[in-house]
Order: sequence, then structure tokens, then C-alpha cells
Amino acid sequence: MTTETLVPFDEVLERYDPAMGLEVHVELNTNTKMFCGCPATFGGEPNTQVCPTCLGLPGSMPVVNAKAVESAIRIGLALNGSIAEWCRFARKNYFYPDMPKNFQTSQYDEPIVYDGYLDVEVEGETFRVEIERAHMEEDTGKTTHIGGATGRIHGADYSLVDYNRAGIPLIEIVTRPILGAGEKAPLVAKAYVAALREILLGLGVSDVRMDQGSMRCDVNLSLSPKGSGELGTRTETKNVNSLRSVERAVRFEMSRHAGILDAGEAIFQETRHFHEDTGTTSAGRPKSDADDYRYFPEPDLVPVAPSREWVEELRGTLPEPPAEKRARLQAEWGYSDLEMRDVWAAGAMVLIEETVAAGASAQAARKWWMAELSRAANDRGVELAEVGVTPVQVAEVQKLVDAKTLTDKLARQVFEGLVAGEGTVAEIIDARGLAVVSDDGALGAAVDDAIAAQPAVAEKIRGGNQAAAGALIGAVMKATGGKADAKRVRELILEKLA
Amino acid sequence: MPEITRDEVAHLADLARIDLSDAELDHLAPQLQVILESVASIQGLAGDDVPATSHPLPLTNVFREDIVTPSLTPEQALSGAPSVEEQRFAVPRILGDEQ
Repeated sequence: MTTETLVPFDEVLERYDPAMGLEVHVELNTNTKMFCGCPATFGGEPNTQVCPTCLGLPGSMPVVNAKAVESAIRIGLALNGSIAEWCRFARKNYFYPDMPKNFQTSQYDEPIVYDGYLDVEVEGETFRVEIERAHMEEDTGKTTHIGGATGRIHGADYSLVDYNRAGIPLIEIVTRPILGAGEKAPLVAKAYVAALREILLGLGVSDVRMDQGSMRCDVNLSLSPKGSGELGTRTETKNVNSLRSVERAVRFEMSRHAGILDAGEAIFQETRHFHEDTGTTSAGRPKSDADDYRYFPEPDLVPVAPSREWVEELRGTLPEPPAEKRARLQAEWGYSDLEMRDVWAAGAMVLIEETVAAGASAQAARKWWMAELSRAANDRGVELAEVGVTPVQVAEVQKLVDAKTLTDKLARQVFEGLVAGEGTVAEIIDARGLAVVSDDGALGAAVDDAIAAQPAVAEKIRGGNQAAAGALIGAVMKATGGKADAKRVRELILEKLA
Repeated sequence: MPEITRDEVAHLADLARIDLSDAELDHLAPQLQVILESVASIQGLAGDDVPATSHPLPLTNVFREDIVTPSLTPEQALSGAPSVEEQRFAVPRILGDEQ
């Protein structure tokens, strides 16, 4: 492999215009697979969620999952797309053991959704990302490569295949080339995937867990000489599996392409693998021509022709568009623009919404999600939604703080326990002994001890020096292991020494 | 009349992961040509007024409800596999890459 010359990002923009195309695969959260009744859940023991249809055994016949079609239509409508009046499935033929049928059932030139768009905002500027199509297909099985020096595919001695994932409904959403983003291209790509993720979450059609592969992004990128208005040769970086990686993959490929073009060489049209650890890409395989897949209409499935009544009925089920919802929630919560932008960037909006719905104030919800829990998510390198604490739990803890059963300090320890998976809120408080000592009898005894231990301080307070109470409060807090409400302790001390 | 070249047959064999020798290609390419010609004669029967038909049945929207039905047991699923390891299908080393 030749050493790559990477051109600094700013220099790339001096000479080239980037064009991007984003393909996002979304696994639907239906109960069953696309064409058979096997469960579509994640994480089962290998080959326990398979049947003759998804194993491609002779004589088996696929039947389309109505719920998957419904989800595809709702996604299309939420992306401002048109819904095909009539469309067919097609066989995409290829020989690789991740599909036991030797073809993937997909859609070819008749996608169920076409001509949509999504407006995304980057640093105050709105970009319209046009969506060419969204089509229905099925996921592939999972192959594990055994042997070989690196465990990667080259040099593998053999492979093991689990078909639980084969046949899970997928929607592939494909943009038109995104032009004119210039220096903001990496951010636009990230913002698009983030906005798409939010829409899909709102629709409730997918878990959209990028870390688990229920949402995967392929990034097509090309450069053309600045101002030429042409489209250059593209590369396709596969399976970019976090929002941050989407941005990094675009940035890296821009620098790499520029190095090749600067040297007067041509870009080789191929797939690239993204490496999360280094933020770089490496060569995959040459990009097959669509012809090589020898697509043809799937003879075992009749066409899908959604009636306009059905489409309109589904349009009625769409949630509030995210941009409008954001504006409404900001007003309801009384957050500043900056606060709302941070909440949004942290992926906390829906979490806060649910926390507020569970009874917490908007300010308290923001405090926990944006400070304590954001830090914990960051430390663990996971999305905020995956930190291990639910909105209901946040509201529950806040309720205890409001009732003075917990102090903020103790609440933080409860969250620490939740993040560590130590159990429910009640279990953690119990196991860690976190409840505030609010019983005046017990507190009173601790206060008496503190007064007896520091008679000089007590004398000062009796003399009217209330500031001196700090030393006694400190002693009581220490004696109770930090579990007393400092305000109540102060009241008790002043009462006793009045 | 459509023609299939020896190079195209070699490419198709490659896509289908079939290893063909030169002698086999020489032998098979003309045979495929004959098959194509036979199919082409059927194409001649359809007039311009006959649309291409992928499905002979006048049906659309054949769906099933999203309700789980029993899967095979892993033993059943793997019973026809030439090789099994860790409850998975063991397959030969793979050339090329995931799709």
C-alpha cells in the first residue's frame, strides 16, 4: 500500500468543492422479520431466530410484513417524500454467505419512497438535504471470521455465520449529492444523520442505536476542482457507526482525495472501511456495478400498492416535526437559546421531555442530564440515552431531592449507582445507605455531640455569632456521613443555642 | 440477436464464485449463446402492446400481520449444514467482501 498524502482541511477547500451522498440503513423495530414470522429482536443465541424462509431453504415463500411497509411509508412522509402508488421488490444477486439465498430481497428502480428532503441546521445556517429515495430491504446475517493473523477478512481461514439478523426489515435512505456545503460538509453530514435519527426516534420505528448497528451510515464522497460544478469520482466509506465518525469520515476522505488529486492521480472508485480508533479509512473492494447484481423483480412477492387512503391515514399518525417541537419545548421549558442548543447537541431533548413528563421540573431535568449524566456518558464513551439511567429514574431521584430525602450530593451518588448498574433507585439508596438523616431525634443527638465536643464554638454562637455555626455543621455532617440536610442541621444548632 | 462473449461468461463465473478453466470457458460460452438465442426467439412473440410482466397474478398488497411465529430450533436449522461450529454455519474462507 502506498503512503497517503493527507492535505490539511483548509487547503482542500482552497482547491476543491466536496460533494457527499449519504446512505443510511435503519433496522425497523418490528416484532418479526421482513418476510417471515421469526422474531426480529437483537441479541438472541446464534441461529435461534431462523426458519426455512430466512434460511433460503427450497420451497419456502416470503410474505411481506405489513408493519414494515407501514413504517416505510411513515418514514417517507416524515422526510417530506412521495409514496409510490405501485412498486415491486427485486432480487439483488450476489454470492456471499451472509445471505443464504444468494440474493438479498430489496427494491431496485421502484422504491416505496422518492423525492423527499430534510432541512438541517449547522451553525445557524440551514441546508436542505434532498432525499432521492428510501426503499425496503432485509438485513444480512452476521459473519465472524476465524483464523488469520488479524482476524480480519483477509487471511481468515473460515467464517461462522449466524442468520438471526438475516431478514430483519431495513429501510435504506439515500440522499441526492449534497453540494455547496464547502467547509461545513463534515458538519452537514453529521447534522443530517443526527436529524434523521431524531425523526426516526420520534416515529418510534427503530431503536436507531448506531453502536448496535440498528442505524448504519455509508458516506459517499468526491471532490471536484473548485468552481467546476462537476462531480468527481467517489469513494464509499461503509458502516460509519457514530455521529462523530460521520463527521470524521467526511473530513478524512476529503483530505485523502485531495492528496491523490494534487498528485495528478485519479481516485479509484471503491468502498473504504472506516476505523473508529484512528479516524482513517482503508481500501475495501472495488465498487461493483449495479449490473453485477443482476437485479430483477422478485417473482415470489406481489407488488406493493399503498392506497392513498392508507397513506393519508398514516400521515395523520406523524409526530410533530422535530424543528417545531424543539421551538415549542424551548418555550415551555424557558431555556435560553444557548441552553437549548447544548441540550440538543447532547441528544438530551427527548430525555428531558420524558423526565419532565415523569414529574420533574425542566430546570432540574436539565441539571441532571447536562451535568452529572453527560459527564458519566462521556466517561464511558456512550450516548447520553445509553448511560444506564432512564428519564423516569431521574424524575424519581429529583422527587426525593424535593422531599429532602436526598441532598444533591447524595443524588449524585444514586446516579453513580444507576450508571454502574447497581439496581433500582430504592435499592441503591438502601444498599449504599444514602437516605438523608432527616429524623430530628437522630440529628439532634449528633448536634448535641458536636456542641459538647466544641464548647468554645457553642459559646460564640450563644453570643450571637451565627457564622461560627459552620464548624458545628461540619462536625454533624461528618458524623452522619454527609447524609444530613445541612440547612436543617443549622436550624437545629441555632435552636439549641438560642 | 444478443451475444454473450467469453469475457462476459468469465465475469459472470467470477460473480457466481465459480472457478472455470480456460477450456471450460471455451466450452460453456457458445452453449450460453445458444440458450440466449432460444430465449430471444420468445421475446419476438410479444408485440409492442404487451407490457413486460413480472407477476402473472392480478394481486397487490399481500401482507401478513407482524406476529411472531415459531422459529426452527438451532439443531433443526443447522441439520443440513456441512460444517457447524459454535452453533453457527461454518463456511469456507471468503474471497471478496461483505456486500
